Amino acid sequence: MLKTKDLLGLENLTKKEIELILDTAINFKGVFTRSVKKVPALRGKTVVNLFYEPSTRTSKSFEVAAQRLSADVIDITTSMSSVVKGESLIDIGKTLEAMKADFVVIRHAMAGTPKILAENISAAVINAGDGFHEHPTQGLLDLYTIRENLDEIKGLKVVIVGDIGHSRVAKSNILALNKFGAKVTVVGPPTLIPDSIKEMGVDIEYNLKKALENADVVNILRIQLERQNKNLFPSLREYTALYKVTPEILKYAKKSVLIMHPGPMNRGIEISSEVVNLKNAVINEQVTNGIAIRMAILYLLAKANK
Amino acid sequence: MQKILIKNGHLVDPAQQIDGLYDILLEGDKVVQCSNNINDNNAKIIDAQGKYVFPGLIDIHVHLREPGGESKETIYTGTRAAVKGGFTTICCMPNTRPSLDNVPSVEYINLKSEKDAVCNVYPVGCVTKGLDGTELAEIGSLVQAGVIAISDDGCPVSNAFIMRRALEYCKIFDIPVISHCEDRDLAQFGVMNEGAVSTKLGLRGIPNAAEEVMVARDIILAEQTSGYVHIAHVSTKGSVALIRDAKKRGVKITAETAPHYFTLTDFAVEGYNTYAKMNPPLRTAEDVAGIKEGLKDGTLDCIASDHAPHTKEEKNKEFDFAPFGIIGLETELALAYQELVLKEKLSLSSVIEKLTKNPAEVMRLKTKGSLKIGFDADLIIFDGNEKFKANNFISKSSNSPFLGWELQGVINQTIVAGKVVYKS
Ligand SMILES: [Zn+2]
Repeated sequence: MLKTKDLLGLENLTKKEIELILDTAINFKGVFTRSVKKVPALRGKTVVNLFYEPSTRTSKSFEVAAQRLSADVIDITTSMSSVVKGESLIDIGKTLEAMKADFVVIRHAMAGTPKILAENISAAVINAGDGFHEHPTQGLLDLYTIRENLDEIKGLKVVIVGDIGHSRVAKSNILALNKFGAKVTVVGPPTLIPDSIKEMGVDIEYNLKKALENADVVNILRIQLERQNKNLFPSLREYTALYKVTPEILKYAKKSVLIMHPGPMNRGIEISSEVVNLKNAVINEQVTNGIAIRMAILYLLAKANK
Repeated sequence: MQKILIKNGHLVDPAQQIDGLYDILLEGDKVVQCSNNINDNNAKIIDAQGKYVFPGLIDIHVHLREPGGESKETIYTGTRAAVKGGFTTICCMPNTRPSLDNVPSVEYINLKSEKDAVCNVYPVGCVTKGLDGTELAEIGSLVQAGVIAISDDGCPVSNAFIMRRALEYCKIFDIPVISHCEDRDLAQFGVMNEGAVSTKLGLRGIPNAAEEVMVARDIILAEQTSGYVHIAHVSTKGSVALIRDAKKRGVKITAETAPHYFTLTDFAVEGYNTYAKMNPPLRTAEDVAGIKEGLKDGTLDCIASDHAPHTKEEKNKEFDFAPFGIIGLETELALAYQELVLKEKLSLSSVIEKLTKNPAEVMRLKTKGSLKIGFDADLIIFDGNEKFKANNFISKSSNSPFLGWELQGVINQTIVAGKVVYKS
């Protein structure tokens, strides 16, 4: 059983609780191969997707997960401009409360917003990414994918490449992987890697080749194209020259290195197309696993909030 | 004229180097005697046995929000919060609406204070028109209207040339230019201290360098112009080191810090606590140690609250959207007493000095900050043993990270100009 009303992040989940989520997801993944990919577990429940940032992938993944559990899904995509106009998050929460939502899946550009919502409504709040803070379901699905492919997580060397400082995906991955005893190395330009990330228990490298030495897993983050305008690196061309993951550079890693990307990819920028097509690239599996993980979360939170 | 005799109290008056049992006789709004064992049959007697007596405290950094921000605070509520906190004199910052960059606005503060205030209120004027950093305000006229310092507090004076001109021009009036040191290019819309906590919380960080770069700039400018700069709300160890060196070289510089910078670290922000959001932000334990060191060795001259009220609605928001600032008047003395005197073993006298004598000197208040004969009859009676819970603020706002804390040190009575204006 999960003990929390909400899933706000992985920081406060125990290893045991994470294992429960992963194990529950295995069962749900089994459903996908059936001809009827639906179970009645959440019939009559309402899941609201409240997205302040456009994200087709994550919102669709939650939608599919909810539908496969027989829940109803309401989509609320709202632009940040309406927030600036004074549309208060708490007021929106109260509206959803009045609509008797059972789950609110929130994506927001500002860190800490799922927590504000969770404190103000009785529905279960699921963080689908808040600012540079956390993206817990992504962290869980990445962990699931690693465990499914490599079995034991303890002792693995996992390399995360890219914009670590602005990445909630990196944060949730680091938190989850550390709980399972993996060794995490982050690599990218110093302008995108705050020194203080060390205190989360990772090694920092600025050289991709060095970072990849002996790596079991490489998780390649999407580079936000607008970062170059903020002088975080001089140009995409230069970023690509230094940090693009190619088949050649992967020779420095273990032969069997698992290749991951949370998507959507900028092919030819942070990852080359050849790498996407390698047989140890599991980028599509991640998408499938994402649905299973989100089903597990919805299911376990529904049980916890009964 | 009415006489008040405060008897048997333990007077701490650093300007007179007094730290012992003294009686004080007030007549009208002045101190007429300050010595052992005074008797006067015509005076109303206040027995301060077992209590401390301090000259009325002076807070040189207060946002009273009036005019324009009356939902947050007013002169009426802010000065009542002040006297409850032991402050008999406060200096109010000019970032009101309209700002104090013009004579009528300053006159408004003076008139409103005459009517509503229960303590002395001295306005600080703007450095630049509209606080926009481009054109000097009519500082001479503002001084004539009663401002005792100038500052664009809330905004830094980003343009070094304007800062240079302000420092030069203020030499006419012998007033300090109070500098809110923040390099906005380095701060980059940060909302808390840059470090492990901001990384973990995913909030944009403000590096120590954002403050220190401008402290260094202002030191250089003060040195070259021989103008007088006062650094507001010092929050980093590095700033303390820069100011210490500058003082050694004889630069005309003074500095203040606030109780939250010697009491809290950026961990207070955890959980996205907007009541721990202020500018400059709460820093790390290393900085807190540096601030205490600066208080100990005298690098930091004053303790000031940077009392910055905001309503619940404004603070109960996404962390990025919530405004910077916390209230401080009602917790300031207790925090200084508890954190510096009781825990850090600074002498009580050295702490009271930073709340009386030193701020009076910074602001050129010639008859305040001490109970010398002929000085203003502003004093407080303080119980160092009594504790209180920090809630039920008199301030219109309650945005304090110390909300709910138990603090030691209670103000029993506050006397302003010979009148008891507050009793606990
Ligand atoms: Zn300021």
